[in-house]
Amino acid sequence: MNWYLKRTGQALFTLWAVVTIAFVLAWNVPGSLVDHMVDRIVQNSNIDPEIVRESIESRLMFDPEASLLEGYLTYMSALLEGNLGYSFVAGQDVSTTLAEAVPWTLLVMSLATLGMFAISLALGAIMAYREGSWFDIANTFVGIVTTSVPYFVAAFLLILWVGYSDAPILELFPPRGRQPPRIDPGFTVAFVWGALRHAVLPALSYIITGYGLLALSMRGNSIQTLGEDYVRVAELRGLSSRRIALRYVGRNAVLPLYTSLLLSIGFMLGSSVVLEQIFQYHGVGYWMYEAIDATDVPLMMGTFIVITVCVVIATFVADMTYSMLDPRIKSGDQGEAY
Amino acid sequence: MKRTEDDRAGDDDPRTDGGTGDMFGDSEITAVTRRQRARETFDESVVAPFKVAWDDWRTKVALLILGGFVATALLVWLHQAGYTLLNDVLRVLGSPWELEVPRSPVGITDERRSVRPFENWQYPLGTFDNGVDILSALLWATPGMLQMVLAGGVFSTAMATVVGTVSGYKGGTVESVLNTIVDIAMSIPGLPLVVVLVAIIQPSSPYVIGVLITINIWAGLARTIHSQVLSLREKSYVEASRTMGISTPQIIRKDILPNLMPYITVNFVYAARRVVYDSIALYYLGLLGGGMAENWGVMLDWAYNLYNALTVSGKAYMLLAPMVPIVALSMALILLSQGTDRLFNPRVRTRHAGETVQEDDTDCEVNPPA
Repeated sequence: MNWYLKRTGQALFTLWAVVTIAFVLAWNVPGSLVDHMVDRIVQNSNIDPEIVRESIESRLMFDPEASLLEGYLTYMSALLEGNLGYSFVAGQDVSTTLAEAVPWTLLVMSLATLGMFAISLALGAIMAYREGSWFDIANTFVGIVTTSVPYFVAAFLLILWVGYSDAPILELFPPRGRQPPRIDPGFTVAFVWGALRHAVLPALSYIITGYGLLALSMRGNSIQTLGEDYVRVAELRGLSSRRIALRYVGRNAVLPLYTSLLLSIGFMLGSSVVLEQIFQYHGVGYWMYEAIDATDVPLMMGTFIVITVCVVIATFVADMTYSMLDPRIKSGDQGEAY
Repeated sequence: MKRTEDDRAGDDDPRTDGGTGDMFGDSEITAVTRRQRARETFDESVVAPFKVAWDDWRTKVALLILGGFVATALLVWLHQAGYTLLNDVLRVLGSPWELEVPRSPVGITDERRSVRPFENWQYPLGTFDNGVDILSALLWATPGMLQMVLAGGVFSTAMATVVGTVSGYKGGTVESVLNTIVDIAMSIPGLPLVVVLVAIIQPSSPYVIGVLITINIWAGLARTIHSQVLSLREKSYVEASRTMGISTPQIIRKDILPNLMPYITVNFVYAARRVVYDSIALYYLGLLGGGMAENWGVMLDWAYNLYNALTVSGKAYMLLAPMVPIVALSMALILLSQGTDRLFNPRVRTRHAGETVQEDDTDCEVNPPA
């Protein structure tokens, strides 16, 4: 069987399994969560609890009283139609809410990923070449210190720094929200520039705390590769150091980092729950926190599924490209495929 | 020629017998040297590596910081058990500060609220608006954190190593099945999954929380190890071992695992760090814990959300205080992985050894040191 076909099937199976896991979790949760939600609403009004309960249950994607199989089937068919249910917190359909929120999270994530990998690959390679020099030692030290700072601590420190500094920085990098007020969304210079400025601090929280470890592992990989025989042979052949650095060392040192790229995508999507809460950045993570806080099951499961689908797609794309990067990993029928 | 387990073990170290002693499987020599060999093995695998690792300043700093956390945890445990050893010593020394349970004191006086740090030595690091002594709260959270880290680190590393090695080396159906499981586990974003599980299970034991947080972290580590094993099994010395008919567990133990040690140690630290980060995040979001400063994350939550430490000027100390142990613990874990990297990483070790003994380089390539 074609490897690409096999891998596609595997990705689809993963999607199905994850959605099923989400259903099982949602199925186990509703009883208590619906009760909880009814309590919350009834506390603040004089509406009959039964009416509230009915209205909540009618908006769940499946009847909690129905049999497991029946609930599962209605849930799956609704999902296939792109229906994620109705969110009480957002006051609109979950799919509408998330379709609007996802691009913002992706903006921060792509900024963070690009910045992080650009900095760490360049730094790591230079550090490996000058192993033991003051540049290497100083950068290793700085890398260790910044890596030791959790992303949320960096977020607090950045807000503190911006807040306690002069007004220009505060205006340049606003620590709250995702877009400048009074500017209409659209592909205008003002809007794009404003959105970018708002994304800088959240992205910086990831970059500052993430580049260090990546640069150090790039350094380690490069040092390992520098010890390989083929590099020595290349040197003896008198190849230019530029060619050796890019084709012989760089390419082989980057390969192990490819898996960290995957992990960092999942990590960023997961930790957006905390970071977007700190920055009041209305992306996927923000809505997940709001959903959990208000025990809004459809929104909770909707964000859960959307984040998961993003990670599955990213993994799939990376897998497809990995064998192109590393011909040693054979793809084919031998079952040795990555 | 009958080869026993002991003979093979003896073959590892050509220096003990000059490469000839066990060739003929002399059982008498084996019996005589068994105890001696056990001692040598202990020296080689425990004492010598520790000495090498201790040589690195990073390991020294890491172990000192971790030792400090363990000592703190022990003191707090003693205190929780009713032995107020720390306070007795402090009283004898004439210090006004004493460790207290960081529960919001009922009917506290106004002068206990929002004390700035280094003003009143009865509360060295100051207090929150609710009168909780910050230094006490910081220390009190240590044992729980260490329990979570231990549980999570051991669970995820063991899981990842077993799954990753087996799937990478075995191949075939085993690999497909394990890879699918790893794929699924990895595709579920950790923090959101843990959040839902925490809501259902509502764990209170730090060990359970630690395992819950790492419930899918191991998948990422398994994946890394898997891809490493894939390229390792193509190496010439592994192929040589296979051709020589050495059993699979033996090859995995002797040829594969030593090369994975840097990943395994780094991954243990990585998992431990995730436990530190995620548990603090969960406590910060208010999803764990019950109204008491039992974690540094709760202190961050109080400072940021309850007492507006970021916007009210002069309250930043509430936010900065819990950051110190968080960063210190995280830094110790990273330094540990960096310091032991040279010890476990055969390539880096070869390179450094190669500076003195050039000829050994090629030997190490064929048969890397265990």
